[in-house]
Amino acid sequence: MNKPRTAGRTVGGLRPLALQGPAVTLLFLWMIVPLAMTIWFSLQRYNLLMPGMTGFAGLENYQYLFTDPALWTAMLNTLLLVGWVLVITVVGGTLLAVLFQQEFFGRGIARVLVISPFFVMPTVSALVWKNLMMHPANGVLAWVASLFGAEPVDWFSSLPMTSIVIIVAWQWLPFALLILLTAMQSLDEDQVEAARMDGAGPLSVFFFITLPHLKRAISVVIMIEMIFLLTVFAEIFVTTSGGPGLATTNLAYLIYIRALLDFDVGMASAGGVVAIVLANIVAIFLVRMVAKNLED
Amino acid sequence: MATLQLKNIVKQFGDIQVIKGVDLDVNDKEFVVFVGPSGCGKSTLLRIIAGLENATSGDITIDGRRINDIGPAERGLAMVFQSYALYPHMTVEDNMGFSLRLARVPKAERRDKVMAAARVLQLEELLERKPKALSGGQRQRVAIGRAIVRNPSVFLFDEPLSNLDAALRVQMRIELARLHDELNATMIYVTHDQIEAMTMADKIVVLQKGEVEQVGSPMELYHHPRNRFVAGFIGSPTMNFLPVEFQDSTHEGVQVTLPGGKTCRVPVDGTGVSVATSLELGIRPEHLNLQEDGPLSGRIQVIERLGGATSLYVQMDTGMVTVIADGDVAHKVGDVVRFGFEPVRGHLFRDDGLALTSLHQHPLTGIDRQSNRAPVEGSHS
Repeated sequence: MNKPRTAGRTVGGLRPLALQGPAVTLLFLWMIVPLAMTIWFSLQRYNLLMPGMTGFAGLENYQYLFTDPALWTAMLNTLLLVGWVLVITVVGGTLLAVLFQQEFFGRGIARVLVISPFFVMPTVSALVWKNLMMHPANGVLAWVASLFGAEPVDWFSSLPMTSIVIIVAWQWLPFALLILLTAMQSLDEDQVEAARMDGAGPLSVFFFITLPHLKRAISVVIMIEMIFLLTVFAEIFVTTSGGPGLATTNLAYLIYIRALLDFDVGMASAGGVVAIVLANIVAIFLVRMVAKNLED
Repeated sequence: MATLQLKNIVKQFGDIQVIKGVDLDVNDKEFVVFVGPSGCGKSTLLRIIAGLENATSGDITIDGRRINDIGPAERGLAMVFQSYALYPHMTVEDNMGFSLRLARVPKAERRDKVMAAARVLQLEELLERKPKALSGGQRQRVAIGRAIVRNPSVFLFDEPLSNLDAALRVQMRIELARLHDELNATMIYVTHDQIEAMTMADKIVVLQKGEVEQVGSPMELYHHPRNRFVAGFIGSPTMNFLPVEFQDSTHEGVQVTLPGGKTCRVPVDGTGVSVATSLELGIRPEHLNLQEDGPLSGRIQVIERLGGATSLYVQMDTGMVTVIADGDVAHKVGDVVRFGFEPVRGHLFRDDGLALTSLHQHPLTGIDRQSNRAPVEGSHS
């Protein structure tokens, strides 16, 4: 728990306020101006295709948005995408972290290689996956399928969401691995040995010692990944463009459709506000969970 | 309950031999202490016994059964680590009952055993706490409790007290000795602190550079060190060493010339020693006495007054010696003092480091910690 700081010369008074002032003001403006503008636009009739229709719309934009089935599809898609990527990266990351903690020849190089997908920018990785891996005619996966005499899968039309999940998970797995591997390195070797003396096999050591030790790092991974995964855009834009239909349209992509394909700024802003609310709900839950985890 | 034998244990890490053929017998219910400077291999030896390291060659047997290829959990040993190695996310109770849980012992039985161990260590009030909420001494007790719960045939301790402060260390030392009596268990204890070794051990094993220098009771090591290393390692402050010249050897001992020209007959067996052999006299600081007409002399460089005793660091022509004198001595730095010793307190070392055998066995050498106690009538709880 936070202890109240003892009274000292640096705490309280006007001078520290004056010193903090510029930074706090700047950050506040940085946050409030876009937020206020989004909220303002969301309450306006503001469609670039209909320049005549302007003025205050009240909650009309929200009304249209919430009655639009696309919103609920997009929300579900967002949750599916975030959920599956989190499951894959956390489970895979934990297992890989255990693996890469073992001593083996060339471990240093292997560690660099396994982390490298994280350094590839999302558009590039999406293009690589689209054209080199999952392409039904030229893709590596299609070639592998043909080796076994199977019909190549047209990933983006038959399994669109799965494809996006695979691409995003491929990018974020190294991140989870990186964080969890560092956490693994702080695991007290004596604890593992004590557990071995107590009769624990490799599985028991993993479940009773390693996993509890990684709990904190895992919650950090979940929090950070969730913040970024809620706004996945480039991978969808480059590969499926939200389709087929709305199959891979998440909230971020829906906002993009409304704003830059339909030119409905008001509606897009309303979607943006919904996204902000959603992100904040998630963040509050997460921050509380992580804070609780960090405390004990 | 258990005896343990080590036969010619060798441990190599790559080309480096860290344990160079150790033989050792540990008797039932014995408290054996491995002591030595850091890097002497004592912890490695303990880990080999525990099964956390494999011996490169040699046999480890418990009650005559070879256990080299048996995993650490099946050896029936329990180890207390220097860092305690408590599981931070488990309560004290879960920590202590972890081995039973892995062995699928029913919950009620597990609880009984943990409670029994907790009672011995006065941990009942702390069972619900996590290790983080415990003090150093309490953590130490939990770590010991975790070992007790397993009911092992041999307890292994790896420098368990080195993270505690001085006062707590003394307290835990006494508690460990009490525990040894109470549990009637065989214990092997690793430390670099010779006071722990001297106070707790039935048998001390002095190790240096992966080799056993001497095995014996604390008093045997103190009064009859086998070589110069053991002599210097056991005892605090360390023994003084003075170069001396051999004169003659009779059945009463070896006559030597001390620095300063006086002579002295040390009652040791001088067989095989001749004028050509360079000898060193070893004499403990507490056995040097200030005397007006003492055979040795030097100038005081430093005085450390401890109240009960005073340490004088005296510069002689041949080097610095330490003298433990009475707490009330009035000498000042710079004074020239004369001092001497009873010849029977002296040790003579040949240039290869080995001590000349003493002609008189010290009466206390046979004593171990067990026989230190007067017999108690029926009050054993």
